[in-house]
Amino acid sequence: MTVKDRQLPDSYGYFGQFGGKFVPETLMSALYELEQAYLEAQADLSFQQQFHQLCRDYIGRPTPLYLAQQLSAKIGGATILLKREDLAHTGAHKINNALGQGLLAKRMGKTRIIAETGAGQHGVAAATVCAMLNVECIIYMGEEDIQRQSSNVFRMKLLGAEVRPVSSGSRTLKDAINETIRDWVTNVHNTYYLLGSVVGPHPYPMIVRDFQSIIGQETKEQVMATYHHLPDCLVACIGGGSNAMGLFHPFFHDKSVKFIGVEAAGRGLKTNRHAASLVAGRTGVLHGTKAHLLQDRDGQILVTHSIAPGLDYPGVGPEHSYYKAIGRATYVAVTDAQALEGFRLLCDTEGIIPALEPAHAIYYAAELAAGLPQNQLIIINLSGRGDKDLDIVAKAIGMEL
Amino acid sequence: MSRIASVFRPGYKALIAYLTVGYPTLETTYEVASILANNGCDMIELGIPFSDPLADGATIQKASYQALQQGITPQVCLEAARKLRRKIAVPLVFMSYYNPILSFGLEAFCQASVKAGIDGLIIPDLPPEEGAELEATTRKLNLDLIYLLAPTSTEERISLVAEKSQGFIYLVSLTGVTGARQSLPPELEEFVRRVRQRAHQPLCIGFGVSNPEQARRAARIADGVIVGSRLIQLIEQDATFSSLKSFALSLRQALNLI
Ligand SMILES: Cc1ncc(COP(=O)(O)O)c(C=O)c1O
Repeated sequence: MTVKDRQLPDSYGYFGQFGGKFVPETLMSALYELEQAYLEAQADLSFQQQFHQLCRDYIGRPTPLYLAQQLSAKIGGATILLKREDLAHTGAHKINNALGQGLLAKRMGKTRIIAETGAGQHGVAAATVCAMLNVECIIYMGEEDIQRQSSNVFRMKLLGAEVRPVSSGSRTLKDAINETIRDWVTNVHNTYYLLGSVVGPHPYPMIVRDFQSIIGQETKEQVMATYHHLPDCLVACIGGGSNAMGLFHPFFHDKSVKFIGVEAAGRGLKTNRHAASLVAGRTGVLHGTKAHLLQDRDGQILVTHSIAPGLDYPGVGPEHSYYKAIGRATYVAVTDAQALEGFRLLCDTEGIIPALEPAHAIYYAAELAAGLPQNQLIIINLSGRGDKDLDIVAKAIGMEL
Repeated sequence: MSRIASVFRPGYKALIAYLTVGYPTLETTYEVASILANNGCDMIELGIPFSDPLADGATIQKASYQALQQGITPQVCLEAARKLRRKIAVPLVFMSYYNPILSFGLEAFCQASVKAGIDGLIIPDLPPEEGAELEATTRKLNLDLIYLLAPTSTEERISLVAEKSQGFIYLVSLTGVTGARQSLPPELEEFVRRVRQRAHQPLCIGFGVSNPEQARRAARIADGVIVGSRLIQLIEQDATFSSLKSFALSLRQALNLI
């Protein structure tokens, strides 16, 4: 998190032509206040020390960079490494950002934290940090997600959070964000909005990226220590894009390192039942930011689908739109069925049950690795573990629990 | 003088009505807009429905959702405006979230709006920081781009909006989403006073206003009041629109007594 790494966004919150602050006037002052508080916290050594100490002692960082020998051998191509965010406390990368922003909220004197969640991983992470910091926590979650990620709902409740079901629209992540913004507009005087991905109005895409960049910083140190050279390719799944940006960003200036972001192709890109905003969307404004967006001819936001609730979102972080525009990253999409293959592949070869979100990245990386020589290094961000997805997978593969 | 500016005369308090176009039907929009224009309303805001109306409360969310189900698009709203313009003389403004306008094309949308007889635009998710591109077009076409201020706006932001807003300034009465409320916040007078010190435009108060008494309190300090969710509720409750008509008249009366 050095100043050099934060050349973008510019002072208006733009990454090239993407980003900005498209929010109701009521929130504008709060966004400036947040930006100011964040910049001060960043410059404050004691805040940084507190964050890093808790990353180590509470989250269990650094997470391992694991050589997936059996997986690599089975594919018989490039060498695959897994960045084990599934081993972080609460089971996904979401905790890195939740911890950072939770400390920031506390520092700002906010007494109430609100958050949206899709897969429930960000909700669990926020509820966890709020329990630890002793702050009131309210989580908005779409009814459809409440149903398909019920174990995470239970976890949030055990952690003392109030889970508010959202019944509007597609009843998934997009609608949960709408409702969280409405809460924030209403209670902005005492409330901190703990946004869970690199989306939303400036300064959120910058803040979330910076806290998640610990993934890429560790990865770089780990890979250099063991292999003494940079990896050839980084692969990560993209919902809003936080685990991908966290891995990619510290390698931005290492031009030899390829970035591949894997979106959800759902039932297929031709079916309109997918969530591949970078691959199939066009520029628009949703939830305060200008970026790639799945929308109809009239600018209405489309209902998305993915077997992975954390990828089931019609937008994406503006910095990814920028990476696509300048050709720094490549974005591809993987279907539900292929993600399930990726899921089983990792279970079978490595004894690791991945979340369905990174299962998309696993499938794509396996395909990619097959065509490459063994001396090529591919790193997959294993953004979370699969405990939350057992019901979905059992249903999808017709297995009785 | 623009059609919007001519509404604001010394000593007169404007009444502005919001309708979601096509809710529950397009026919209703035509009929209700005429009733309102003939019964004391000075300006009509035509709401273009959006799939994700994040500044709106339950009433307008539901109206937007159902209007979209009826196939109401920006194109349909433009046609509706054109038809209404032939029937009623009061200024018409579009209220739309930014994405449908961006998707239409900023310049194309503004041109079509002017052609349809629209006098201004209100875009709740477009703060002045993001408005430069649209502003370039609206100024060229003499379309009023109306910005909003909220109780949370700092003095600096009030000055920014005072510099940019055209037609009038939309004062959001409370920190919250749209929707009928029992009462307006006690800080309202102080908020309006702060804006008045810096802005020369007419000031209109909206969000929450739902009865004559609230309208009177707001109009005592402002130049106009905006009523939305309450009208939609009345449209739902009485299909003859007679309660809507008497409600509009009661607001007009309350404002005339100031
Ligand atoms: C395990 C896991 N991976 C990935 C994501 C997608 O989010 P992002 O793209 O912000 O990393 C989620 C979201 O819930 C998740 O739970």
